[in-house]
Amino acid sequence: MSLLAKGILQGMAVTAKNFFQSYYKKDRLPTVQYPEEKSTVNQFTRNIPFLVFDGDDPIDGMRCTACTLCEKACPPQCIYIIKDKDENGKPIKRPAVFDIDSSVCMSCQLCVEVCPFESIRMDSEFELSNENRFEGLLLNRDELLRSNEYYHEIHPLEAQETDDRIVAKEAEAAAKKKEREEKARKAAEAKKAAAEKKAAEEATAAEEAAPATENKVAETEAPKAEAAPAETAPTAESPTEPEAKQADAAPEPKAEEETPEEPEKKE
Amino acid sequence: MSTETMPARGFNLSKDDLGADILEIAMGPHHPSTHGVFRMDLKLDGETVVDLKPIFGYLHRNHEKLAEDIPYPGSMPFTDRLDYLCGMTNNWAYALSLEKMLEVEVPERAQYIRIICAELTRLVNHCLLIGFFINDLGALGTPLLYALREREKILDLFETLSGARMMVNYMRFGGVRCDLPDGWLEECKRIVDKFPAFLDEYETLLNENEIVITRSQNVGVLTAEEATNFSITGPMLRASGVNYDLRKVDKYGIYDRFDFKVPLGAHGDCYDRFMIRMLEMRESIKILNQAMKDLPDGDIIGKVPRVFKPAAGTEVYGRIESPKGELGFYLVADGSTNPYRFKVRPPSFINLTALRHMCIGHKVADAVIILGSIDIVLGEVDR
Repeated sequence: MSLLAKGILQGMAVTAKNFFQSYYKKDRLPTVQYPEEKSTVNQFTRNIPFLVFDGDDPIDGMRCTACTLCEKACPPQCIYIIKDKDENGKPIKRPAVFDIDSSVCMSCQLCVEVCPFESIRMDSEFELSNENRFEGLLLNRDELLRSNEYYHEIHPLEAQETDDRIVAKEAEAAAKKKEREEKARKAAEAKKAAAEKKAAEEATAAEEAAPATENKVAETEAPKAEAAPAETAPTAESPTEPEAKQADAAPEPKAEEETPEEPEKKE
Repeated sequence: MSTETMPARGFNLSKDDLGADILEIAMGPHHPSTHGVFRMDLKLDGETVVDLKPIFGYLHRNHEKLAEDIPYPGSMPFTDRLDYLCGMTNNWAYALSLEKMLEVEVPERAQYIRIICAELTRLVNHCLLIGFFINDLGALGTPLLYALREREKILDLFETLSGARMMVNYMRFGGVRCDLPDGWLEECKRIVDKFPAFLDEYETLLNENEIVITRSQNVGVLTAEEATNFSITGPMLRASGVNYDLRKVDKYGIYDRFDFKVPLGAHGDCYDRFMIRMLEMRESIKILNQAMKDLPDGDIIGKVPRVFKPAAGTEVYGRIESPKGELGFYLVADGSTNPYRFKVRPPSFINLTALRHMCIGHKVADAVIILGSIDIVLGEVDR
């Protein structure tokens, strides 16, 4: 009999230990008196998505461009987007309708991962109960829009990373734009220089073809003459050189403006 | 038919064969001991089970057909909902299959993170199992809540890591979704270090308990031969004494780098199945400690194509040792972004096939603990 009671007594001892520890040991006190007392929400928690906007005006600051990538990626297909249009019927990069059916959403975060504009993010709001089970759970665009400050409040780390990424992206875009402008400028310059060179060549060709009185002949022979004078041009035809140099030294911002002048110079 | 030549027990027994009334009852689908919406149609002679018919499908959600209509990455969150207690291992099994198909390399760090997550999931699952097993034995509430309390700490870790406690959706093809947050590893270490103390306490509470022993020993015996014939995998197979663990056999991921043992049972009864889980948790802690010590720096996701389009006609079967047994995904590609066929081999569904065999001849109360010791999750059984 004593043998039989051993295991039970051991078990009771463990229970008693837990019972007394539940009064003072912190990790043995897991209960939170919910409506009065709320445990803090983990900042990495995700629930239903929301749309981020910058600045004060939700419509103007909306990051979403209605590209519908999230709509396509959503496995339970709970996102519905219609693009906005202006008065003339021209599409604007903004959603007119952006619905998320929160009763269907399964909080998988795939929409967040595909969004290239850092627009859709996960909320950590957990008190989602609603009296109206149809319209109440269908969140429309204005209900979904939340400020970037709110995003920073609920997911501080992630929001900071996102902001850094946006800044980096903008800087990169600006650098690229500058590069593109530079390229365009250089291309224009090169084009102009080439045109001038061509004009000069044509001039030399015309000089060479001077015995032939007809202009037509000069024009037809120009391609053939092109190869030969290219080598001789710098040495033999010194008067053309200053012109090319002038083109190089031309003020940079004017480069594009000068291109239309090409035909004039040809003449 | 004369009474001397009674048929083998459980097969087409009629009232006349037994000479007594046979009572047919439906246990479930709302019975608390069936762990979800599962129904057992029992034929009882007095209190002895003479026949049992498992009926399931109440939680069928069309998982396999659904996956054929969405691109490969879209099925990842659905796998969380198969065995909703072990989202991490389900994710891994699915990711592993497609990685095999596309021959994607997984970076070192991602492999370690995957192993840490999978072993934590094993702790979560086994905690819940032993809690409910004791609950089924009649110790209502208290021991279950001790187990749930420990599980909760690990779920908090998962929440910090992936954003959700159970529906993690954390693994990706070629790696994992995000890196470990600051301080996560220290927190994980703290919890894992404290875990053996919980196991010790639980063992003192239950292992020598006379009620646990008399109720579960020699109940629902499954011999090694029977277990292999039923295609049973996981802790249930090892409780019958068959040394088969995919972590050792397949060495998927980087399991060959870790030093751990595979606990084996000798009797194949409910007590062994319960003890195997206790021992496996200790082995998991060993793996976790090694993985956390060696965790390297580096990328968390390998070089993966932007759109997953495996060549037409490729077939692959990827499997892992989930806490419940062999979880496999069989994929057939047709050259598009969606799989042509998506088949899941759920461990608890196949382990459940032995239920009838194990229950016949035992009492109704034993049927409850036999079902509990199989460790089923209806989300996975019905899919």
